[in-house]
Amino acid sequence: MKRFLLMVLFAVLSIMLVGCSDSTGPKKTDGTDQETPVVDKPAEEVELLISAAASLTDALEDLKATYEEEHEGVKLTYNFGSSGKLATNIENGAPSDVFLSASSKDMNDMEEKGLIRDGTRKDFTSNVLVLIAHKDSNSTIDSFKAIDPEKVDHFAVGEPESVPVGRYTKETFENLNLWEPLQNKLVMGSDVRQVLTHVEMGNADLGIVYSSDAFVSDDVKVLAESNPEWHAPIVYPGAVVEASKHREAAQNFLDYLTSDAGKEVLQKFGFK
Amino acid sequence: MDYSPLLLSLKVAAISTFFVFLAGVFIAYLLAKRDFFGKSILEALFLLPLVLPPTVVGFGLLILFGKKGWIGSWLVEWFDFQIVFTWIGAVIASIVVSFPLMYQSAAAAFESLDERLSNAARTMGASEWRVFWSVVFPLAWPGLLAGLVLSFARGLGEFGATLMLAGYIPGKTDTIPMAIYFAVESGQMEKATFWVVIIIVFGFSLILWVNWWSKRNIRRFTRS
Repeated sequence: MKRFLLMVLFAVLSIMLVGCSDSTGPKKTDGTDQETPVVDKPAEEVELLISAAASLTDALEDLKATYEEEHEGVKLTYNFGSSGKLATNIENGAPSDVFLSASSKDMNDMEEKGLIRDGTRKDFTSNVLVLIAHKDSNSTIDSFKAIDPEKVDHFAVGEPESVPVGRYTKETFENLNLWEPLQNKLVMGSDVRQVLTHVEMGNADLGIVYSSDAFVSDDVKVLAESNPEWHAPIVYPGAVVEASKHREAAQNFLDYLTSDAGKEVLQKFGFK
Repeated sequence: MDYSPLLLSLKVAAISTFFVFLAGVFIAYLLAKRDFFGKSILEALFLLPLVLPPTVVGFGLLILFGKKGWIGSWLVEWFDFQIVFTWIGAVIASIVVSFPLMYQSAAAAFESLDERLSNAARTMGASEWRVFWSVVFPLAWPGLLAGLVLSFARGLGEFGATLMLAGYIPGKTDTIPMAIYFAVESGQMEKATFWVVIIIVFGFSLILWVNWWSKRNIRRFTRS
């Protein structure tokens, strides 16, 4: 009996071990504690803290060097994460000067709570949905309307209730009367990168992601772009954070994103 | 309310436990009283899924069983059989993550047996097969049962690797943990609570029953 109890104890401990790795595995670092608020720096040296949606990572990293060169005395520090998580961080007092969101919903919440500066909000870029397949695929589909549910084994999409790209996909499919016929074939990802992975590894025949995600992958090809009339506009709103100590520098950065130079970089990474 | 996640979870956990029990007992018995070069490396390999993040296990399984994976591509080509995005994928994910628990329990159970009892049976002319079934298995049973229950519970709760290999196809590969995850993510707290209660009640009664049952049986063994 004692031995049995010991074995159960051991095994329960092992399970707890697995449980721990379960909860720490997928967690993203929000990086809030890595940032130090700028207080005692000389006036001309400004560290701009930018909280940005994860999908902007590649584009913003690319833009950093040029921006810092052109704006002497300004240093850009990024904090990437999901828009919802970043909004929560800022609400809880995490230092931040600029908030770049991937969803209007999170920005609306911030606006209602008075956490962003009045009149600074603007949609600085947008994205489109694209239909993708593995690069070796011999699919002849060249438009969303040409999708034949009969000929699809597995279609990767974002989960429509919790993942923004899934919500836009569902709207599109409902407009095209594809949502019902494709049921049971829709493999729902927990975020847009998982949708991309399913197609990259060749497990799903087709998938729908943002054009900026398809852009960073070498293993997929874009078959078609969605018509913006099929779904709510996919816009990225940005704004200066109310608690920012560098409002002018923050506003300058936001303006830069919508300038020709900023646009060029964003478009280079698949944004519109 | 759709109850399919409950049936699917039970099916997946039961089938995976069946294979894990067979493989775990067999391999553990084979290695139990033996010592050879590389045994610790082999054992470390068996236990690896226990310490790896489930997403890493899931990624490894995709590389093996994906449509273009090493084993997966072969299965598709020869048998037109796809593992990824099916409930069988969920079974395989469960097998891989619960095998270490079964192996560890079984190895400990066999290791602690008194070798002289088996040898006594051998001196009386019992075949190896008979020695195993009449002496080793009954004596090791409490430890094996613990491993069995834990493997089942682990299979029932498997999420990370399953999401990657079996995907989330509502009505086809949505086990209870997946139903909970997506219900929470989308703010459907009522639905999430429902499944959480189900899985707690189920796990609790299972362990309660096994404890009661094993106590009764151990007493019977020790008496006779």
